[in-house]
Amino acid sequence: MSSPIIELKHVYRSFKSGREIVPVLQDINIAVKRLEFLCLVGESGCGKTTTGKIICGLLPPSAGVVDFEGAEIASLRGENYRRFRRSVQIIHQDPYASLNPTQTVSEMLSYPLRRHKLAPNRRGVLQRVRELLDLVDLTPVEDFIDKYPHQLSGGQRQRVSIARALTTEPSVIVADECVSMVDVSIRIGLLQMMMDLRARLDVTIVFITHDLALAKYFAWDGRIGVMYLGRLVEIGPTQEIIRNPQHPYTKVLLSAIPEPDPEKTRSKQHIQLRSEDIPRLTELPPGCSFHPRCPWYVRDICDRETPELSIPLNAVNDVEVACLPLQQGRELELHDA
Amino acid sequence: MSQNLPPDVALKVDDLSIVYRTDRGEVKATANVSFALRSGEAMALIGESGSGKTTISLALIRKLPKNALITSGQILYQRNQEVQDVLKLNSRQLREFRWNECAMVFQGAQNAFNPVLKIRKQFEDTAQSHGWRDKAAVRERALSLLQLVRLDPERVYDAYPHELSGGMKQRALLALGVLLSPQVVILDEPTTALDILTQRAIIDVLNDMRRQLDFSIIFISHDLSLAAEMADHVATVYAGEIVELGGVNDVFYQSLHPYTQGLLTSVPTLEHTQDLLQSIPGSPPNLITPPVGCKFHPRCAFADDVCMEDSPPLAVDVGGHLAACWHKDRLIESRKARV
Repeated sequence: MSSPIIELKHVYRSFKSGREIVPVLQDINIAVKRLEFLCLVGESGCGKTTTGKIICGLLPPSAGVVDFEGAEIASLRGENYRRFRRSVQIIHQDPYASLNPTQTVSEMLSYPLRRHKLAPNRRGVLQRVRELLDLVDLTPVEDFIDKYPHQLSGGQRQRVSIARALTTEPSVIVADECVSMVDVSIRIGLLQMMMDLRARLDVTIVFITHDLALAKYFAWDGRIGVMYLGRLVEIGPTQEIIRNPQHPYTKVLLSAIPEPDPEKTRSKQHIQLRSEDIPRLTELPPGCSFHPRCPWYVRDICDRETPELSIPLNAVNDVEVACLPLQQGRELELHDA
Repeated sequence: MSQNLPPDVALKVDDLSIVYRTDRGEVKATANVSFALRSGEAMALIGESGSGKTTISLALIRKLPKNALITSGQILYQRNQEVQDVLKLNSRQLREFRWNECAMVFQGAQNAFNPVLKIRKQFEDTAQSHGWRDKAAVRERALSLLQLVRLDPERVYDAYPHELSGGMKQRALLALGVLLSPQVVILDEPTTALDILTQRAIIDVLNDMRRQLDFSIIFISHDLSLAAEMADHVATVYAGEIVELGGVNDVFYQSLHPYTQGLLTSVPTLEHTQDLLQSIPGSPPNLITPPVGCKFHPRCAFADDVCMEDSPPLAVDVGGHLAACWHKDRLIESRKARV
């Protein structure tokens, strides 16, 4: 197996909030494989965006190590660091906030080209800008090149964001909820374009979303990592996770999602949580942080020890889960709500 | 008033058109919208942002912004065989109508409560301004409703909004919405911006409430799954018009409008197989100068000369399955061909 392009090893990250310290990420271990499509899913506050920012080097971890092509990011200097910054790009969630309202599309796209000296001269820069707009289907190019963000629709802005992420010919793109603010009818088109670019340009994609159905659709041949309250609770091949979720949280999540099909969604079995209250990050319960809500909770195990990701005993596939009873090969018993 | 409505119709909107006057011109936010809501049923207005679905719902309780102008139509409301035209109510009648008859639960429960008043005070104020004087009775009613939405009634009733989580606030707001036993409850994006597990709790609570309290729901959403789960009838809204209206199964399984069909093929499911998804090309039109003819024609695969000239009609017929499209037959044919 080829070495991972990005690897997070025991990454922790906390933020100060007033006098409190909020542990947003705890002991995250992810190896992003070259050219894979990795999806991080989870609910708001689970730490998926923070993970994305750490992957891009936009935030340093509070503890732990992030490697890019085998070298620790924090130790990179000079040209090596610039190469890392060029190689890893991010597409932000909100195209209304992430584009500078005072710059034209052409200015936005040419800045990184000039900054990283990726085109020989002014004409080369312009040529490259036109190629990029063409890549993201903003054609005819003349109609878009001198536009300001306010003259573009949400979908067009997000295409500009994608073009901007591509300026430096990155090998990794982190796409953070990049379609959640775009209308349903054009979402799929935008993502299909990204998939197409990924194949043409050899890009590894880390796709961050709260929408498991979307994750399933786009990471069909990739992997899904499920996060809960700052930890990765399950990670494995998408098709396995969707067909045969192992971790209780993933099971509950999949059972709770309504489907765009009246008969299916109304006959779906919903697993009831033991509690609907989400613990605060500053007051995490001891042991597994899902145990107060988990319908399969085992007393004296789940509330004592914090589980780490591993492949459970007698597992039928290579999905890693962080759940002690599962790892011990127990049959889970459903509690009544 | 002399209008007659079938006895089971709670609300009937006829040919409603609304424009917003702006510096750039008139925005035709709602055009010739007609539908009927029967008592006890849940109807979903489905559409993308800017399609005019919120405008329709605001008109129902006459809460449109000042620059809005209703250019045609009537909104008939019926309870106990008495019919009122909502657009003709005077301010006193309107006060009676709102919340007692028709309540709205706005989008973003986070901000709907006054942050400096306890939940108790907000229930009491609402009841008082609608003529309830007996605080003990309000309390009793409020506690039973909070119980119904699966909250700890005593604790929540005496809490400040900031002490509640997003999901709890949304549920408390639902309880407040039905405090005065309205016949119609309008929910604007009831689950948007909530986590999946919280959404599930809200959907379950809403279903419980409907079973026990017997009111009709109009809910506005861009989320097809929510409509599939909760609605009896679905209306698809595009560019300010209802383009398709029908029973939930009819609309989802036998849609008659290319836009609805397009929406349905652009959302992934959790099935164990790979979906065949496709976006609708183009983007929603500008409503200051909407396209002539069928407003969907620039994005529609079935469009021809007729569509560019004449706008297809949508007749009113309670209980039927209707679509404003000249080419329903071709749509049905193409669906058969794909299966």
